[in-house]
Amino acid sequence: MSLVTLLLLAAALIGIGLYGALSQQSFVMLMMGLELMLNGAMLAAVAFWAYSGAGAPQGQLLTIIVMAVMAIEMAMGFALVVAVFRGKQADTTEALSELKQ
Amino acid sequence: MEHSIFVDIAFLLLAVLAVVAGWRVFRTDSMVRASFFLLVSFIAVGAIMMLLAAEYLGVAMFFMMAVEMMVMALFMVMFMMNPAGLNPMMMVHQHRLSIIAGAVAFFILAAMALFSSFPADPLPAGLDPVRSLGHEMLGDSMLIFESAGIVLLATMIGVVVLSSHRGRYGAAEEGSVPPGLEPGGDPAGQPEKGESEGGHEHHHHHH
Repeated sequence: MSLVTLLLLAAALIGIGLYGALSQQSFVMLMMGLELMLNGAMLAAVAFWAYSGAGAPQGQLLTIIVMAVMAIEMAMGFALVVAVFRGKQADTTEALSELKQ
Repeated sequence: MEHSIFVDIAFLLLAVLAVVAGWRVFRTDSMVRASFFLLVSFIAVGAIMMLLAAEYLGVAMFFMMAVEMMVMALFMVMFMMNPAGLNPMMMVHQHRLSIIAGAVAFFILAAMALFSSFPADPLPAGLDPVRSLGHEMLGDSMLIFESAGIVLLATMIGVVVLSSHRGRYGAAEEGSVPPGLEPGGDPAGQPEKGESEGGHEHHHHHH
């Protein structure tokens, strides 16, 4: 376990998450991709805190903020899914094409 | 930072678990199972954080993600057409582009991890991570911490506004009636016809 291996793991999680966020049609699966990317970001923040930040408490605080961002993303995402489903009975991105050029 | 061989073994196993579970999220037929795979990935990362001496963050990750993924699984059952995975599921678009984008992101970030030099400045001996985090949150960074709380409050209000069935000036979906479940039938999720509609029209101005 070193900074490099931790950052490689974080990079893998971010890569998988980006793939999911771009490729999934279902809104909820798309949100899972976003969460996976934030997962990697949190891991990278903690790794830097532990290995090259001399234990500065701001590193941990950054992770707490990312956790709050994750909760916000989740709550707003589900509220939007509910609103869109009520309005259009849509649960995939393809079903929403009103703003398409 | 000195650590034993067991920490390395545990890290390796947890890292493999995190990546494999994260990959299985998008390769399983069942959306409920997908949310549990995501939970496994998060818990593996939380355990790695605990190996890195960030005990508070690791445990917070466990609690937060357990609840979040249960909510996610419930939403899957409520909204998705195939929550149990009885049929093969592969709902993707722009698949090749997504694979390329994910791989490119991984290789760029991995190259940054491998080829850049970061300062080696490990945790000082005798540091109490939980205590230092608490002093930071309720000390120098209190404004940031409190701002996060306010943003969460705003999120709660926004979520209630977005998901409430009726706004102050009428039903949210008024004017955009979805197609019926059967041809010519009533759409699902609509209020009953006989219900009182409140009677508030849009031209009520308050000066």
